[in-house]
Amino acid sequence: MTAEATPSLVGKTGDPAGAGPPGARGPRGSWGPRGRRTAYPRYVAGKLGGAAVSLLAVLVTSFFLFRLIPGDPVKFMTGGRQVSAEQLAAYREEFGLDLPLWEQFTDYCGKALTGDLGTSYQFRTPVVDKISDALPNTLLLTGTSFVLYTAIGVFLGTRAAWRNGGLGDRLNTGLALTLYSIPSFWLGLLLIIVFSVGAGPIPGLFPTGGMESGGEEGFAYVLDVAHHLVLPVVTLVAVEYGQTLLVTRSALLDEMGSDYLTTARAKGLRDDLVRRRHAVPNALLPTMTLVFINLGRTVAGVILVETVFSWPGLGGLFYQALSVPDLPLVQGLFFVFAAAVIVMNTLADLIYPLLDPRVGR
Amino acid sequence: MDTHGRYGTRGTVLRLLAVAGTAALTLTVGLVTPLNPAPQRAEAKDGKQVLTVAVAQSVDSLSPFLAARLVSTSIFRLMYEYLTNYDPKDDHAVPGLATKWEPSADKLTWTYTIRDNSEWSDGRQATAEDAAWTFNTMMTDQGAATANGNFVANFEKVTAPSPTKLVIELKKPQATMAALDVPIVPKHVWEKVDDFTKFGNDKSFPVVGNGPFILTDYQADSYVRLKPNKSFWRGAPKFDELVFKYYKDGDAAVAALQKGEVSFVSGLTPAQAAALKTQEHVTVNDAPGRRFYALATNPGALAKNGKKFGDGHESLLNQKVRRALFMAVDRETVVDKVFQGYAKEGEGYIPPRFSSYFWKPADGQKISYDPAGAARLLDEAGYKKNGDGKRVGKDGEPITYRVLCHATDPPDKAVGKYLQEWWGKLGIGVSLDCRDNVSDPWLAGEYDLAFDGWSVNPDPDFVFSIHTCAALPATPKDVGATDNFICDKKYDALYDQQLAEYDAAERAEIVKRMESRLYDTGYMNVMAYPNAVEAYRTDQIASITKMPETAGNIYGQDGYWSWWSATPAAAGGSSDDSNQTGVVIGIVAGVVVLAGLGAFFAMRRRATAEDRE
Repeated sequence: MTAEATPSLVGKTGDPAGAGPPGARGPRGSWGPRGRRTAYPRYVAGKLGGAAVSLLAVLVTSFFLFRLIPGDPVKFMTGGRQVSAEQLAAYREEFGLDLPLWEQFTDYCGKALTGDLGTSYQFRTPVVDKISDALPNTLLLTGTSFVLYTAIGVFLGTRAAWRNGGLGDRLNTGLALTLYSIPSFWLGLLLIIVFSVGAGPIPGLFPTGGMESGGEEGFAYVLDVAHHLVLPVVTLVAVEYGQTLLVTRSALLDEMGSDYLTTARAKGLRDDLVRRRHAVPNALLPTMTLVFINLGRTVAGVILVETVFSWPGLGGLFYQALSVPDLPLVQGLFFVFAAAVIVMNTLADLIYPLLDPRVGR
Repeated sequence: MDTHGRYGTRGTVLRLLAVAGTAALTLTVGLVTPLNPAPQRAEAKDGKQVLTVAVAQSVDSLSPFLAARLVSTSIFRLMYEYLTNYDPKDDHAVPGLATKWEPSADKLTWTYTIRDNSEWSDGRQATAEDAAWTFNTMMTDQGAATANGNFVANFEKVTAPSPTKLVIELKKPQATMAALDVPIVPKHVWEKVDDFTKFGNDKSFPVVGNGPFILTDYQADSYVRLKPNKSFWRGAPKFDELVFKYYKDGDAAVAALQKGEVSFVSGLTPAQAAALKTQEHVTVNDAPGRRFYALATNPGALAKNGKKFGDGHESLLNQKVRRALFMAVDRETVVDKVFQGYAKEGEGYIPPRFSSYFWKPADGQKISYDPAGAARLLDEAGYKKNGDGKRVGKDGEPITYRVLCHATDPPDKAVGKYLQEWWGKLGIGVSLDCRDNVSDPWLAGEYDLAFDGWSVNPDPDFVFSIHTCAALPATPKDVGATDNFICDKKYDALYDQQLAEYDAAERAEIVKRMESRLYDTGYMNVMAYPNAVEAYRTDQIASITKMPETAGNIYGQDGYWSWWSATPAAAGGSSDDSNQTGVVIGIVAGVVVLAGLGAFFAMRRRATAEDRE
């Protein structure tokens, strides 16, 4: 009875008697372990196939899309310098821009399949190297922020929903919405002025920008990077947690009137326990969707926050690549960003059926 | 019970994540505050005198054969000695690696005497052989010609008959031989490079050089670090370290200067400069710039093969119309309102800071602000107003000029609005076409007027060369070196004449005649010379050489004068107050951490108790 009355993400999968939509269970349906054994591999294969097709589409799109950007890369790169017509021609030949478009495309596809995304026009280094240099920096910033804003958003969202309409809810939701609507670069700049430079009695506690001071090693280096990380993370968390909070709150509100909660209360469980152990796990699915979407986005970096805090990540690199346009770099970055979202969405698709058997039937 | 246990684990994980994250963040504050108060004085680190310069532009490459950006070439000036340098007083060529240079009687051979007291940082002597190898490599390897190939385009042969003698033979006379801005690299290091297009010179430190500084470390978009070259022939720099630190946002860089995290910031906006003027220990340097800001007129795009292309307005081919348009541009307003006083009113093509080549129109020649005169001139030219008050072209249609502007350049938009007002009163419409990247319509000649501007070098050859017929594209499909398709035989003749003139004073006179011609034809109308606005901390930098020395700029000089000459301010100053406050905040942060941990364990206890229920 306990198991039936307190469905959970795990409980549902192994418990045919759990709360599900009426009529969802049939003797030959895929609810049962046997049904899932046959359906899930097919489901996985479908999703993986879809992801592969999407990746291929992205590869093709990234090539043609950025050729629509106005501007001549060679002219941009040689701008302000004396270059002869022969030099301009040599540039075009070096970058393969003198070849017909279809030839450039086949060359690009052939190399991409072997993991070679070409050489950046402006930096003269392999695109893969530029991306792999900046990727860890971006992941450190966005990953740390992601963990924090997701945890804070879920935590505050559940409490806001549970005390729906109360002072805490109004305060929480109001603050989250306010911060969510603040431009990140503005908030970042404000934090720099107040907490880096210092304002009034508040001293300058944090560096004004960058990821490291340089010259530090070992634990001192870790501390130094952590020191530089604080303000950009606070900025990102402040503007992002509201989204998770609102989704969690709304999902939990939908669950609030459910019978199983009444049953749990009737069982004599404390209100706090009913929330944490019964309501929240069932309300987490929409949040999980958001979490995976956000997880995919973490790779793309955050151009504005990276710029304000001079964080050497992928967002800033993308901006630089677009302004030339540095076609190999911009294509490579676009592919990596899109691939991250596709991989995360596929991962979410693969995990959902484990969390909720209704998905993937 | 079993189920409860599973739920409990998940809840704990979530709680753990939240608390650990918050605690980690707070802990960071607590740890860094009392132990490592934020540096208030850049020179205090490790007791070293560090000069930190805020920069925004990414390094494109650290290979002198590849890099073209200002930040990179400025760093090369510090790492490598060039044959010549420019005097900070008046920009004339002074000895660098070469102590003297002289042409042959037929003007086709230049002989440079290479100094015998310049050492590479690995202890080997820098010789003429290094210079010859550098130039020869650029002449024979297309990859090595990427950045500076134009400098050797007219070279016939380069040899080093002795360690102190370099001989360059030319195809035709070239007056710019004392302005070869090419870093001379050590042959014994660089001859091992296989492919110059792939070698970035950024993996192995310190980098061998013979300039005033030695490159010791580089992290893309984070920092570039250099240490003084103690054996530099002109004398070692005074600071213990020079760091170029990245600030991608101008306001953040200003904040860093206010705090003292950086010693120097350049490229300030008027608002930033105004804010810094009241700041203690900060000096704002409002220096004459090396850039001109102009309105270019499409003279009818033309290729070398004689083919016309583009769609510039026919009325602009009339010299009276061009003159009338510029007569209706109030340059004083441009300086006062758009640049908020941080610019000089435009006159000739070359900015006044280059005194040898600066030219301005005589009174009778000068195009002064005169809207009424402009209207009369347009009437004379046959472009009269119709019944609606609009001036009509030869096709009978009201004239509206398309003005290309850079969307990323605020002055373009602001001046564009003024043009709409000023030319609107003449009965001419203005359609601003602001783009992030203007090169497509520009190269296709599909514009009527365009905002234009170039930075000028001490030797101004380049900014004149882009207005010669030789710079036009070969065919309409090609890209030439031309700026805006000007092709004027009289101007070209003067250009050739100055390039072959080796007497500096004579050459300057010819250059001024070119400026006069350019002014009269009216295709390039210089509106202003924007100032170089920068600021530095006087409690970190006691003195620094400007260029020109009397009232010049510091960043992006033609030479290494500023950073080489900078002397550190005497140690001292006070950041005690903030440190004490920092300690207080550190203690508070520590308490918050402890309270957080206490609350965490209390919650855990409660959870266990609930499970027991």
